[in-house]
Amino acid sequence: MSVNDIAKSIKSIRFGLLSPEEIRKMSVVNIITADTYDEDGVPIDAGLMDRRLGTIEPGQKCQTCGNRVGQCPGHFGHIELARPVVHPGFAKTVYLTLRAICWNCGRILLKKEDYDKYVLLMEKYRRRWPQLRHKLAEKIMKRASKLQECPYCGREQFKIKFEKPTTYYEEHPEGNVKLAPSEIRARLERITDADAALLGLDPQMARPEWMVLTVLPVPPSSVRPSITLESGVRSEDDLTHKLVDIIRINERLKENIDAGAPQLIIEDLWELLQYHVTTYFDNETSGIPPARHRSGRPLRTLAQRLKGKEGRFRSNLSGKRVDFSARTVISPDPLISMNEVGVPIEVAKLLTIPERINKFNIEEMKKLIENGPDNHPGANYIIRPDGRRIDLRFPKDRKTIADSVEIGYVVERHIKDGDVVLFNRQPSLHRMSIMAHRVRVLPYKTFRLNLCVCPPYNADFDGDEMNLHVPQSEEARAEALVLMLVQEQILSPRYGGPIMGAIQDYISGAYMLTKKTALLTREEASQLLISAGYDGELPPPAIKEPEEMWTGKQLVSLFFPSDFNYTLKANICQKCGQCKKEECPHDAFVVIRNGVLISGVLDKKSIGAGQPESVLHRLVKDYGTDMGRMFIDKAFKLFLSYIDSRGLTIGLDEEELPKEAKEKIRMVVEEAEQKTAKLIEIYNEGLLERLPGRTLEETLETKIMQELEEAREKAGEIASQYLKDTNSALLMARTGARGSLMNLAHMVACVGQQSVRGERINRGYQNRTLPHFKPGDLGARAHGFVYSSYKDRLNPIEFFFHAMGGREGLVDTAVRTSQSGYMQRRLINALQDIRVEYDGTVRATDGSIIQFKYGEDGVDPAKSDHGKAVNVDKIIEKVVGAGVI
Amino acid sequence: MVKFDILKHELVPKFTILSKEEVEALRQTYGIRKEHLPWIRKSDPICKVLGAKPGDVLKIERNSEVAGKSIAYRYVVPG
Ligand SMILES: [Mg+2]
Ligand SMILES: [Zn+2]
Ligand SMILES: [Zn+2]
Ligand SMILES: [Zn+2]
Repeated sequence: MSVNDIAKSIKSIRFGLLSPEEIRKMSVVNIITADTYDEDGVPIDAGLMDRRLGTIEPGQKCQTCGNRVGQCPGHFGHIELARPVVHPGFAKTVYLTLRAICWNCGRILLKKEDYDKYVLLMEKYRRRWPQLRHKLAEKIMKRASKLQECPYCGREQFKIKFEKPTTYYEEHPEGNVKLAPSEIRARLERITDADAALLGLDPQMARPEWMVLTVLPVPPSSVRPSITLESGVRSEDDLTHKLVDIIRINERLKENIDAGAPQLIIEDLWELLQYHVTTYFDNETSGIPPARHRSGRPLRTLAQRLKGKEGRFRSNLSGKRVDFSARTVISPDPLISMNEVGVPIEVAKLLTIPERINKFNIEEMKKLIENGPDNHPGANYIIRPDGRRIDLRFPKDRKTIADSVEIGYVVERHIKDGDVVLFNRQPSLHRMSIMAHRVRVLPYKTFRLNLCVCPPYNADFDGDEMNLHVPQSEEARAEALVLMLVQEQILSPRYGGPIMGAIQDYISGAYMLTKKTALLTREEASQLLISAGYDGELPPPAIKEPEEMWTGKQLVSLFFPSDFNYTLKANICQKCGQCKKEECPHDAFVVIRNGVLISGVLDKKSIGAGQPESVLHRLVKDYGTDMGRMFIDKAFKLFLSYIDSRGLTIGLDEEELPKEAKEKIRMVVEEAEQKTAKLIEIYNEGLLERLPGRTLEETLETKIMQELEEAREKAGEIASQYLKDTNSALLMARTGARGSLMNLAHMVACVGQQSVRGERINRGYQNRTLPHFKPGDLGARAHGFVYSSYKDRLNPIEFFFHAMGGREGLVDTAVRTSQSGYMQRRLINALQDIRVEYDGTVRATDGSIIQFKYGEDGVDPAKSDHGKAVNVDKIIEKVVGAGVI
Repeated sequence: MVKFDILKHELVPKFTILSKEEVEALRQTYGIRKEHLPWIRKSDPICKVLGAKPGDVLKIERNSEVAGKSIAYRYVVPG
């Protein structure tokens, strides 16, 4: 079946209500028995499983259309309701309509002149703004509900009260009168076709009285198939159960009416019928208890089948399943290119690409066929030009098959090195969540990826899994390669800068290598350059005597283009008042002239992931994505090789402070404690001055918090002063590789104030946080200040407070992810079909304009300089060649 | 009560009602029907002040942070 074979194409869809006549017309059987099968398991005639409703058992012929299981579409039946009931889906519309019409004559409660005006207006809307018709109808209904007396028959009108889900009252002076569905239906019947149009209904497609059901359609048995358990017990679908309930009550109601039972009993049964019909449509209707299965499980009725994540729409219609895909755990491989993905051999043998045999590849294809499905570069199927598939799993002698193939045959061959595949990690929040990689078939069972693509995928290796998809057509591969290849995504549209770049050890390594003290012997230098795949000449050594030595800066410079100029301040910059530029004592002033790193160290600011205006950003933007990929693949290996040769580690003893420093920290904290005590004293004496907009208690809290936060900061400063410059944790924090100075301070100096909901810890017992404190104690210790550092260990009380603060953090992240997930879903649903047209406008699919110029300036943020179309400073620097910072 | 002139407020951009010819030119440039423009309701304060009627097209000239000057259009609908 192809597109051309489609017999009918849909031009438009129109929604309306089913009229009772229509329901009867499409019905093949009037269902009157609540039973389904007799003792022999034969469907009962006029029961819910009547054979005319379609067939669900294989081998059986449909009583209506004569088809078998796959062919018979199923046929509707119907139930004649003994009394009408309100369709719960239209209960609100019924209410709005009732309010707007006269109970006696059924005309809209509008004065003649208003009526004529609205008729004209509605006609105008129909021609010019059909989308706005319902708004006008709403306005008309609101207007009509105001009139106290019918302008047509002069009768007094009563206010109508609606009680969810399906009850209506009329407020008479002598009390509320309940409106029976039959009365409601009678009123709706009196509405003229012309009036219905004013109420926003198309009387041809939806007469108002059809919102009150007199006949209920019974869906075909294939919609609610019964299942036979292994024990032979038949189990019915939830919908069937619900329909059984409806029929039972309906029959009882009919009997009682026929027998002339008291009105009260009839009304009770009638209400019960309404309840069953309501829950049949939606078993989560608010205001009524859900109908339950015998086991106590709520029934899954019509609305539940459609709604939500597991509903028909999101699960079956939008949720697509695909072939040619694979999923497994991911692990890092710094040796493969960022454009590559490592694919396990076992996966490569299952994923195939159809390749047509031609005179250039026929020999290769024959070899692949010979290898068969079990040897890696092999093939699983051959498709002959007549469409017949040959499965290569079974024939013993693949050699003869290989010899028999000709040009024009298609071989479904294994994926091999260099093939283009799509790689994806959920949640797919931005376009870099699915990128095209080139295959690298590798041993073992995980997908391997270069570490620089971790940030766009937000991947780590604590058990993350990823998906891989194989494009099957030449067009798909070309598109993937041009638009989705990893290197084409280095610059992110999120902000004008690279999203891929150095992380963690790459940064530490770059810093260590480009530091002034990094000197390398000929052997070391050669080793590093070889590992980076450099095949040029070794530059002249920076130091000739007594031994030839090369600086790390020299080696890195080999990977810059020879006309590359750049100046920036590194992450390690201490923000000293007057910057000494090239003379910076920390070597934080990065200068690259003509492709040579003259001064400064490379760290997060210059090569890090997600750093706009960095060396990496310039390289990619000015020299292209090939250059960017080359730099990341080669120079970054240099950094890793260097850190490998030197080692970078932290140990417990490194986070030790000298006695002197510990004493200083103790004094700072003690001072803060005294100040806190003083504040409390002032407060108790009633001398504390209230801050504007705060209560006295809040003022005290704020002041104490400030004091304690200051103390922790001071402690951290002291700690970082006394830590050796060789401290690895300090190196990582300063270069931006991992962790912060605050993390370090927590480890060596003082963990500081713990908080819940942005306040000091105030919960627990009455007037105190724990029974270890006196009631009313406002001191630091009693409200979650942790004096210890992690290294000193926390005492049990501190540990408890720390756990309180920590738990809040965990709960927050859990809540945030679900909230942002829902927001993302709604945004995507709203925006998925809009696009930028060639004229620069942003339009929806019907051609309507959303923006007259994309982003007002028509700039693609991925190709911009940090959001701007041009960066004047950089252009001047490029032309003049001098550092302008 | 003194009526506040919203046109003088610094956050209100410049609005003008397009002439028939201008509307036609606009339709030609973008290749659209008037309904394809973003909509503005007749009850919007700016429409009341300008006396714009359903079917009119408004031109909005804004000072934009990113583009310096940006121009947009609105199609007046009833309501
Ligand atoms: Mg993870
Ligand atoms: Zn059938
Ligand atoms: Zn009347
Ligand atoms: Zn400096």
